[in-house]
Amino acid sequence: MLLILWGVLIQFTIPIDNGDALKNAEADSQRTLYPYVTGTSIVAIKYKDGVLMASDMGGSYGSTLRYKNIERVKAIGKHSLLGASGEISDFQEILRYLDELVLNDNMWDDGNSLGPKEVHNYLTRVMYNRRNKFNPLWNTLVLGGVKNGEIYLGMVSMIGVSFEDNHVATGFGNHLARPILRDEWRADLSFEDGVKLLEKCMRVLLYRDRSAINKLQIAKITEEGVTVSQPYSLKTFWEFQAFHNPTAGAQGSW
Amino acid sequence: VKPNSNRIDPPGSFKISDNFRSYSGLRRKKNPILRSLGEKESKQQSKKMSSIGTGYDLSVTTFSPDGRVFQIEYAAKAVDNSGTVVGIKCKDGIVMGVEKLIASKMMLPGSNRRIHSVHRHAGMAVAGLAADGRQIVARAKSEARSYESVYGDAVPVKELSERVASYVHLCTLYWWLRPFGCGVILGGYDKDGPQLYMIEPSGISYRYFGAAIGKGKQAAKTEIEKLKLSEMTCKEGVIEVAKIIYKLHDEAKDKAFELEMSWICEESKREHQKVPDDLLEEAKTAAKTALEEMDAD
Repeated sequence: MLLILWGVLIQFTIPIDNGDALKNAEADSQRTLYPYVTGTSIVAIKYKDGVLMASDMGGSYGSTLRYKNIERVKAIGKHSLLGASGEISDFQEILRYLDELVLNDNMWDDGNSLGPKEVHNYLTRVMYNRRNKFNPLWNTLVLGGVKNGEIYLGMVSMIGVSFEDNHVATGFGNHLARPILRDEWRADLSFEDGVKLLEKCMRVLLYRDRSAINKLQIAKITEEGVTVSQPYSLKTFWEFQAFHNPTAGAQGSW
Repeated sequence: VKPNSNRIDPPGSFKISDNFRSYSGLRRKKNPILRSLGEKESKQQSKKMSSIGTGYDLSVTTFSPDGRVFQIEYAAKAVDNSGTVVGIKCKDGIVMGVEKLIASKMMLPGSNRRIHSVHRHAGMAVAGLAADGRQIVARAKSEARSYESVYGDAVPVKELSERVASYVHLCTLYWWLRPFGCGVILGGYDKDGPQLYMIEPSGISYRYFGAAIGKGKQAAKTEIEKLKLSEMTCKEGVIEVAKIIYKLHDEAKDKAFELEMSWICEESKREHQKVPDDLLEEAKTAAKTALEEMDAD
């Protein structure tokens, strides 16, 4: 994980000779170099009536779990849900862009509204173009929605990689949640089964991801509209025998 | 250069050289019967009016000896030629209605919108030259967007009206710009409640309980003054505005018209939107019955 992070860091710190930073205000002070306050994984699946998206409510400041009330899943227009992991301030900026997009779309007042496919495409363009300027929005975005009966779920990363799938996850979710989803996802999941499946993934993430907190929200979008659940906690089990008296029998190495 | 016979000139106007058009009108085919009526009227009016500013009306940067700027007054006359626009402030919101005169039966109903949303909480109804109106609406949208971007909150209606008014006024200050040939009624709902402003081509902007511009504005104002606006809800207001517009529509002069209405109230969640179809139909039938009752008298 650290290796990957460093790899990405190196990509984005290509030096540009802008001149002396003291004299030249533009010198390298305007490009994103590293994220500060980050959100961890998002897990989302398509189910029978629409899309379910789960995220925890934490914002980490490095290794400190600093903010515990951040909503990382938001409704966009009438037909989409956007979830983001990564830099929270960049997510807020993306929400402002989308707010303007949706407002301008509504002001036409012509009976049309932006669907999830259109919003996904717009986000892909924004993320890719920012990446090309070496000034990325440090987020991985998950975009799900329903319009005219068509259920849509897609993802865009900070380097502009974008695709659609039946189930997506960001960050650690890619490694821990997707294998579960590959085995257990079905196209005709009911709402209760979908939530159970997401909770299973989120529990694994809670156990194994150090930046996850036990306070999550699950958002649902169907043809009727968006519902975001109240925050709640998962039950966890720590009474495994191996965790009792963990140092019993340890010989010690030095 | 041959004069363009489709050009609409303001009544009592000048004809200098056709190269110099400080006042160009809509290029639309006017019904020859109506047009000749208009011309006769303008000749009559020009005999009555002593306010033809011969010589002092060539530029918006020229004052006449009695302290008037004629170009701005001519711009106001363009507004007076268009279909009536009415706006009222009810106790829980704003209602705006437009008498859209239909130039041709080929036009799709619902097209050529005269009422535009400027932001979620504000809308503008335009009277006068439609293309000029589009500019003003675009500017208002841009001002509202920039205010929200800088201050993080929806633009207060008073601030928005001041910005639009100063933009309209700007175009009356330079000889290489002409004044806007349209007046605008701006209705919005912010923290201070529902507010209604009217901006004229001169750049004047006042806040109103009820305002009207266009052909039937005098008759409309009389009707509005009869209403008890402080006790009226928007639902009732919609029906009253429809009645007013149907009443002052002159069947003889202009044939068909389409009624376009919008509101911002508690029912619309304080957002500017078209009046819902069922309520609009209800208002139209109520207006038509009221007219028939009047004719029956």
